[in-house]
Amino acid sequence: MVTEYSTIGEIAGPLILLDGVDHATYEELVEVELPDGELRRGKVLEVDRSKVLVQLFEGTRGVDIAKTKVRFLGRGLELSVSPDILGRIFNGLGMPIDDGPKIIPEKRLDINGSPINPYARIYPKEFIQTGISAIDGLNTLVRGQKLPIFSGFGLPHSELAAQIARQATVPGAESAFAIVFAAMGITFEEANYFIRDFQETGAMERVVLFINLANDPTIERIATPRAALTAAEYLAFERGMHVLVIMTDITNYCEALREVSVARKEIPGRRGYPGYLYTDLATMYERAGLLKGEKKGEVLEGSITQIPVLSMPDDDKTHPIPDLTGYITEGQIILDRVLHRKGIYPPINVLPSLSRLRDKGIGDGRTRDDHAQVANQLFSSYARSKEVEELAVVLGEAALTEADRSFMAFGDSFERQFVQQALDENRTIEETLEISWKLLTMIPRTEIKRIRDEFIDRYLPGEGKAGAGGAAGPEGEAAADRGDRRPGAGAGETGDKKTEG
Amino acid sequence: MGAGRIVKVSGPLIVAEGMGEARMFEVARVSDSKLIGEIIELHGDQAYIQVYEDTSGLGPGEIVEGTGHSLSIDLGPGLLQSIYDGIQRPLDSIYDEAGHYITRGIDIPGLDREKKWEFTPDESLEVGQEIGAGDFLGEVRETELIVQKIMVPPTIGKGTLKKKPEKGSYVIEDTIAEIETADGVEKVRMYHRWPVRTPRPVVRKLVPINPLVTGQRVIDTFFPISQGGTATIPGPFGAGKTVIQHQLAKWSDAQIIVYIGCGERGNEMTDVLQEFPELIDPLSGRPLMERTVLIANTSNMPVAAREASVYTGITIAEYYRDMGYNVAVLADSTSRWAEAMREMSGRLEEMPGEEGYPAYLPSRIADFYERGGRTVCLGSDERIGTLSVVGAVSPPGGDLSDPVVQATLKVVKVFWSLEDQLAFERHFPAIGWLQSYSLYHDNLEDCFRNDVAEDFGRIRIEAMELLQKEAELKELVRLVGIDALSSQDRLVLETTKAIREDFLHQSAFDPDDAYTRLLKQYRMLKVIIELHHACMKAIERDVPHRKLTDLPVRERISKMRFVKEDRLEEFDEIMKDIETQITERSTESRVGAE
Ligand SMILES: Nc1ncnc2c1ncn2[C@@H]1O[C@H](COP(=O)(O)OP(=O)(O)OP(=O)(O)O)[C@@H](O)[C@H]1O
Ligand SMILES: [Mg+2]
Repeated sequence: MVTEYSTIGEIAGPLILLDGVDHATYEELVEVELPDGELRRGKVLEVDRSKVLVQLFEGTRGVDIAKTKVRFLGRGLELSVSPDILGRIFNGLGMPIDDGPKIIPEKRLDINGSPINPYARIYPKEFIQTGISAIDGLNTLVRGQKLPIFSGFGLPHSELAAQIARQATVPGAESAFAIVFAAMGITFEEANYFIRDFQETGAMERVVLFINLANDPTIERIATPRAALTAAEYLAFERGMHVLVIMTDITNYCEALREVSVARKEIPGRRGYPGYLYTDLATMYERAGLLKGEKKGEVLEGSITQIPVLSMPDDDKTHPIPDLTGYITEGQIILDRVLHRKGIYPPINVLPSLSRLRDKGIGDGRTRDDHAQVANQLFSSYARSKEVEELAVVLGEAALTEADRSFMAFGDSFERQFVQQALDENRTIEETLEISWKLLTMIPRTEIKRIRDEFIDRYLPGEGKAGAGGAAGPEGEAAADRGDRRPGAGAGETGDKKTEG
Repeated sequence: MGAGRIVKVSGPLIVAEGMGEARMFEVARVSDSKLIGEIIELHGDQAYIQVYEDTSGLGPGEIVEGTGHSLSIDLGPGLLQSIYDGIQRPLDSIYDEAGHYITRGIDIPGLDREKKWEFTPDESLEVGQEIGAGDFLGEVRETELIVQKIMVPPTIGKGTLKKKPEKGSYVIEDTIAEIETADGVEKVRMYHRWPVRTPRPVVRKLVPINPLVTGQRVIDTFFPISQGGTATIPGPFGAGKTVIQHQLAKWSDAQIIVYIGCGERGNEMTDVLQEFPELIDPLSGRPLMERTVLIANTSNMPVAAREASVYTGITIAEYYRDMGYNVAVLADSTSRWAEAMREMSGRLEEMPGEEGYPAYLPSRIADFYERGGRTVCLGSDERIGTLSVVGAVSPPGGDLSDPVVQATLKVVKVFWSLEDQLAFERHFPAIGWLQSYSLYHDNLEDCFRNDVAEDFGRIRIEAMELLQKEAELKELVRLVGIDALSSQDRLVLETTKAIREDFLHQSAFDPDDAYTRLLKQYRMLKVIIELHHACMKAIERDVPHRKLTDLPVRERISKMRFVKEDRLEEFDEIMKDIETQITERSTESRVGAE
């Protein structure tokens, strides 16, 4: 028997405080009946003897002290799962909102899940080819990783996330995949962009959508990613599918959390966000990965790869939301306004971007033997080009050395040819590496310090011809070296720059 | 031992009434599922309890029982190669019992009660002899690599040996000796329990004098830590704290490693678990796992147990230190520990200090690092053990004014400052050479001079001066351009570039580069400095600096990281190359000038 209370004593923001409750438990699901019969859901935040603090997912508008009734349901918020959830649309609390048939639950799962035992994990190593050079080449995504996109207002993070969802494959592996998409407080257009994309590519029947839009109840979005991840865990670890989870926008989620915290009058942490934001985010982001299989050394079929999207307030990476996210996730892809203004898509600033799982996911047998060293060289050369660029701004280009200038040219081509690609351009990892090597011809060979000679000899275009110049003195040789390696200065066309000095 | 009832639940904090008999820091069992909690505040008969497991579903009226014990862990054979959560529950056994997810109310002891260990007694022991805390009774080969000494626990006072230990195969609960003390006869088993918040006693502390060699060039040469020393690695996310901690766990010459993953990623622990059994320790030739204990209370596991995890880890480390081993504790990240404290403090409605952290944060941090050191251990042989403590700190936005960073810097002696600019350039380890420091140089000087080279200290100082000079010169170049620099200054920039790129930069993922012995470190730096000297002299003889910047030997220097440890004579060749090439260039330019 569920007892009903109409003993609301206080309403503050999204919270109600009840008195005289006999038995309520922490995190318990609550059903609230408004005077007009509308039903809302909430959860218990704190129980103090007979006083109970409840957070209402759909807000407290219209809730009154006299007539509203509250029932405690004796369980937490749950999601009904079955294979039929694929292709369906749910609201932010995990209730179907499309016109599809009723889902007959195979089971009901508490949306909070349980922490994965670190001993039960398998370290992710399997290369995912997204077809995007700035990711595959330098900040490689692997199956089971959590790799967020740090974006800002007006930047094409949705396009990028959708492109990843569209193109992501594990080369040479055919396996069941699914996409779980969680929208938190984004606009209808943004959500629709994804939905249309899923429809056009025919992926829709492999997608599960959880939609909480900007005009949907704010507090509901606290539950949205958890419902989505519960669906993902079910599909991945009980149905053996490889699940890509896209969650956008984490910033809206955090703001909802802050709203509750403020209403509770908790001591605020940085910028008013609660001190437990790190832990709270971690309980979501850590729901990614691979698990051990039945037998020793085996991997359980299925995986969860997460691409959370967040917008950095003021493009500030040190804002608590990107900051704490970066401390939990396995890297980050950072979008950059300057690149965006230059018309470069995807505007990924590769320098502060990072994939921590890259090093074990690439190399011989996974991508290619030279991959790691090429990536390191591109990073350090591009960083150098940025330094030179800065110098040129202060001192003028005339003050640059020959080597400096080659780096500057490299930096520009790197952005235009490597980073930039079309919305529907799907590059293989070989293509990405090929572009990389072509770009490396632009800098003097002596500056290629992060790559071993054997790889340079094997992969650098035009190699073998350059050293043949011979006769010139050491200086002339160095200059010839540089001249020879300008782009397009391959076998046929001559390096007309040789004559300087 | 009171039994009370829950009156309040607020996240990991519960309040129970009817707990009049409870003591502070006593462990309590909460509800019918017997969740583990610890009493952290008492008001009359109300106990405030931090619960080490998820509290969802708990409500007023449920039962709470005191256990009479403080939060304690098992110390004895079987610790090595284990992976524990923050309160020493073995995660592998939890996996066997509960599957992939950690469910609640699981109660598995830290050490296997059934496993038999071959015990070899100390031959010299005689019945009737005087014996006391810390004295060896015998030993157990815990792993191929490590022998665990079975000691008289610190809680047993001086007495006489009544029953002498016998060779045999025992489970840890078997009594192996009896000691007649003033308080009666004490039975000594193969293991004992110890409250984690209490430091294990030692006779006295000593000044640390030996380096903890890590094989990381920037650390060992420029900012060394001693065995028994303390160090901190603060840095923004992605700057390389964890990779450095892993490198130390793998390659440092401590005999025992306790790695505490405190509120960090699950995969990072998996990485260690999968990799360490396969990695072979260069010194002993055995898998690294055989000297390692892992504590994993990842970010998604209960917050309160995260708070306990650092104490659990350091207590295990002290136990091996007591045997006379050199032990290193690596804690990643102490910020998560501090945040766990902050969360509990907030729920207790304590008066917040800086950034909401409790006012006692600095003293807790100091107490933690104070448990490190080089010490004379209990026991009549006056053996020496060391416990080095290295803690990562994760300040918000990488801002070093963070209270955890500040409180840590007050107590530790080594500061490895990670800079994100270096990380962006993929200059790893991203330890900034201008901000970092080590206060152990003086302590270690003798050791370096004797074991490495007479002039090791001198070339280090010279290299550091050059790096400082570089910072000034770069500033100048930014203002007036490179052409305004003298030849000498331009040469300095050339040399510091080599120091940075060919010495300081070290890839953790390249098997040939991941570890460099001290002697090779010395040779590498020496080559760079010698080249610098030779070039400077050449410039004095009016050799144009560009003739010196493209010396072929520079390319060889850029590859010297790959010189094999047993082929150090290659450095002699490089030295010769320097000499001949400089002479060549000098003559060339003289000829050119004529
Ligand atoms: N010594 C190194 N050699 C090569 N790569 C490194 C090195 N140190 C760090 N890296 C690179 O930097 C990445 C981030 O390092 P790491 O995970 O140690 O950062 P962190 O400071 O622990 O970050 P967080 O605070 O988020 O845990 C690594 O995944 C690796 O790619
Ligand atoms: Mg880390």
